[in-house]
Amino acid sequence: MNKKIIGNSEIKTSLVIYEGIDDVFYDELVEIQLNDGTIRNGRVVEIIDKKVVVQVFEGTLNLSKINNKTRFLKTPFKLKVSKEILGRIFNGSGKLIDGYGDIFYEKELDINGSVINPISRVYPRNYIETGISAIDGLSTLIRGQKLPIFSGSGLPHDKLAAQIVRQAKVSGNNDFAIVFAAMGITSDSANYFKESFRESGVDSKVAMFVNLSNDPIIERLITPRLALTAAEYLAYECEMNVLVVLTDMTSYCEALREMSSSKGEIPGRKGYPGYLYSDLSTLYERAGIIKNGKGSLTQIPILTMPNDDITSPVPDLTGYITEGQIVLDRSLYLNGIYPPINPLSSLSRLMKDGIGEKYTRDDHKDVADQLFASYAKVNEIRALASVIGEDELSDKDKKYLEFGQKFEEIFLNQNNTNRSIENTLDIAWKILKILPKNSLDRISDKIIEKYYG
Amino acid sequence: MNEIYSINGPVVKVKNPENFKMLEKVYVGKERLVGEVIALNSENATIQVYESTSLLKVNDEVFGTNDMLSVTLGPGIIGSIYDGIQRPLDILEEKEGYFLAKGSNVKSLNQEKLWDVEVVVSESDYLKSGNLYAVIDENELIKHKKIVPNNIEGVVVYVNKNKKLKVNETVISIKDNNGTIINLTLETSWPIKIPRPIKTKLKADSPLITGQRIIDSIFPIAKGGCAAIPGGFGAGKTMLQHQIAKWCNADIIVYVGCGERGNEMTQVLEEFKELIDPKTKQPLLNRTVLIANTSNMPVAAREASIYTGITIAEYYRDMGYDVAIMADSTSRWAEALREISGRLEELPAEEGFPAYLPSKIAQFYERAGSVTTLSDEKGSVTIIGAVSPQGGDFSEPVTQNTKRFVKTFWALDKNLSYARHFPSINWNLSYSDYFEDLETWYASNIAEDFFKLRNDVVAILNKENKLLEVVKLIGSDILADEQKLLLEISRVIRVGFLQQNAFNDIDTYVPFLKQYKMLKIIFYLNDKASILIKNKIPFSKLVKTDIFNDLIRIKYEVRNDDLVLLDSYFNKIDKAIEIVEAMYE
Repeated sequence: MNKKIIGNSEIKTSLVIYEGIDDVFYDELVEIQLNDGTIRNGRVVEIIDKKVVVQVFEGTLNLSKINNKTRFLKTPFKLKVSKEILGRIFNGSGKLIDGYGDIFYEKELDINGSVINPISRVYPRNYIETGISAIDGLSTLIRGQKLPIFSGSGLPHDKLAAQIVRQAKVSGNNDFAIVFAAMGITSDSANYFKESFRESGVDSKVAMFVNLSNDPIIERLITPRLALTAAEYLAYECEMNVLVVLTDMTSYCEALREMSSSKGEIPGRKGYPGYLYSDLSTLYERAGIIKNGKGSLTQIPILTMPNDDITSPVPDLTGYITEGQIVLDRSLYLNGIYPPINPLSSLSRLMKDGIGEKYTRDDHKDVADQLFASYAKVNEIRALASVIGEDELSDKDKKYLEFGQKFEEIFLNQNNTNRSIENTLDIAWKILKILPKNSLDRISDKIIEKYYG
Repeated sequence: MNEIYSINGPVVKVKNPENFKMLEKVYVGKERLVGEVIALNSENATIQVYESTSLLKVNDEVFGTNDMLSVTLGPGIIGSIYDGIQRPLDILEEKEGYFLAKGSNVKSLNQEKLWDVEVVVSESDYLKSGNLYAVIDENELIKHKKIVPNNIEGVVVYVNKNKKLKVNETVISIKDNNGTIINLTLETSWPIKIPRPIKTKLKADSPLITGQRIIDSIFPIAKGGCAAIPGGFGAGKTMLQHQIAKWCNADIIVYVGCGERGNEMTQVLEEFKELIDPKTKQPLLNRTVLIANTSNMPVAAREASIYTGITIAEYYRDMGYDVAIMADSTSRWAEALREISGRLEELPAEEGFPAYLPSKIAQFYERAGSVTTLSDEKGSVTIIGAVSPQGGDFSEPVTQNTKRFVKTFWALDKNLSYARHFPSINWNLSYSDYFEDLETWYASNIAEDFFKLRNDVVAILNKENKLLEVVKLIGSDILADEQKLLLEISRVIRVGFLQQNAFNDIDTYVPFLKQYKMLKIIFYLNDKASILIKNKIPFSKLVKTDIFNDLIRIKYEVRNDDLVLLDSYFNKIDKAIEIVEAMYE
């Protein structure tokens, strides 16, 4: 049992290949000890008769064909969990790095998790107030939802995510926790999150799994799985409301691409493997609420779109799996609007069932629809104005321009303030009143009578 | 011994290929994971495994079954929710809890339930395949008809006298021409990749009525037809599929969630339990079968889920029902093909998809159709497949190949969904080739002039599209009054007719007669306004009467059970015209 194998027969980027090995199972955890005593972990990714391919999480730097001993550990990769993980910091492969000693653990869980039986899910309906008008009013976040932030380099996605974590309020059960997974982000970003968790006094409720941009790349494939395993434990076994922030998913996908190409697989679009969708879904689908439980797992993955292109594979496939998206817009940001959320391309799929009289306010749906429709019209008129000049516009069109400007400056723009949902909707009405009553075709007469005045 | 030779993701190779047949169902390893043989060569049999292969080892045993991957067909399917290989998810929950375990071997149909069976044959009757032998009340809606399976014929030698039977009990026995006794129970099985036999295919002659205006009136789909719904994420594919599943006039709905979100399946399940079908006063779930293969379930089972769905649909078609199958989304199925193909190291064609993608898509859509069944009844399978093009780009292989094999194409438009115009079917890119086939149906069931009316709508929207190009450059103020009228009428058509609110009690389903009358009213205004303009009366005066907005609000203000109210709108238009004319007399 567990005999040590000296050396290996081939090393190829992050893959190590062994020959003449018996009794190994697919997905098995592997431990490689270098002669200097350091230990690396890996996992079995392919078996062909007696030949075994192992992916090394920490990379193969300094590894030679002879300077190491390998043990196959007879177990898949497991994470040791208990409530004590809150307030602690782990590296990207789940080792504690905050220097405070080991935790007492209750369970060891397979980091690949299990698929939730669709009939055991509870359809998410309970909204989370984030205090941000563009989200609460137009793309409401629901407990148990997976709602990514699509961003670009240089846009304030970190600030927005930190603000959501700080301000998020849910009604009822208030036992909450945050699991933060960093994949390939800079230490500046990581420190920013650490600071902001500390300032808002939630740091004892946060478990952090950190793989920085200079950490091993293949480790990034493990980091989100560790974080989600921890989150599932907290949500489904400790009945907490867990918010998971995964950043940056683009780095994760690039690591997957690198791994795939070193295995010699046939690439799909932009070199990403054909199974990128399936792989991402095994992460994103680990959000939700389970029958009879009090806990929930809400995900906010953050990804940077290469060249702000929403059609590139990572945001594209993410959008197909997640329940909507919050899209940050560079031109809004350059105009000094914070948060620069583009309301038209942002969407929350679960919003329709979590708003209205029972949850937020009776006018919420109509107001949101009207803001979308009118703001879409503003963009058309702006395009027209850039051709014929603003002066030539009809009076009604000029009203729309005024509406558009106020919508951006007053409704979207709020800096660090925290707005209640009532406040958000009241501001919306103030702006809608710029438009003539008869152009509010998405709002029912009853609601107009009650709120338009 | 058939032992595993290699493992790579969901693909496993086994020694001793001579022990296996192509497409044979196998059990893999100690956990007995379900798999299927997909290739044979001189050294190995290649197996795709429908469950996670984590923990499998080289030299683990693989067991053949000598059978193809099949579904079990019998009473109890309606109202169930299955995974991609027809394991009932509610039983799995009872057995294993809230998370799916591996290697679960459960029966697809409830083995204990007693069904009220009415046997319609008697001893010494001579039966052939296609003959009806028993009828079961599956629920308040569905009469489940058991038909003698293919390639069986002979004399009835035994009829079970019990009126209440379990699915695996013998209902009748037949002695065939060789003297062999064949016991027929309430359950049969059928391999999912082989279409069930029919007598003849019929021409499509009636529409699948969905209550969605842009579909029924503008881009219809025939019963037994195929439609594709391509659209990027957030364009509203799933929402449209849900609307059609809820309201269409098929007898049975098979809803396949293929590689999609778990929460969406939960939503369908919850909603369909509660929603009452207005025609039958029964919960929608009583005419629905759900197949849920969420995106995080093993990829090979995703490929199977589509076939499982279509086979169940064909089974009910053979009883003489109109069945509609929603496949959301066929792109995920195509991607599953690509993933397996990649693991087999096949030479890829376009964008990594295997070269046989078009033929697989064609074979799937070919299983739709309005048919005469073996028992001489008329039944149909309508396929509505969602397509999720990468980057919303319709030129990618799955959309393009689907387009070749479907006759109705509802192209969803992101810009419309950004402006919250739902259903976001783009009227310039979509088409329906069924419209001409259905002309007679429209003329005899709706109105003689419906066909013309519909073509006028399409023509106006097309003209608007061109005119808007001009408006983009010069603005709408300096247009001639005729053109302003065109823009205004188009707006009424777009906002008042094409746009439909799924969350409004009145607007979520609209009877055909209301759709027709709405169009009549809109064109009545158009004609009257044209005369006004010819008489040199400024069009702006008519706009000020707000009559155009009144027409837009018809959809919310005229209840579906109060269609007489529609006639008052002709008077309203006349009055508005009179007022304007009076100003200029």
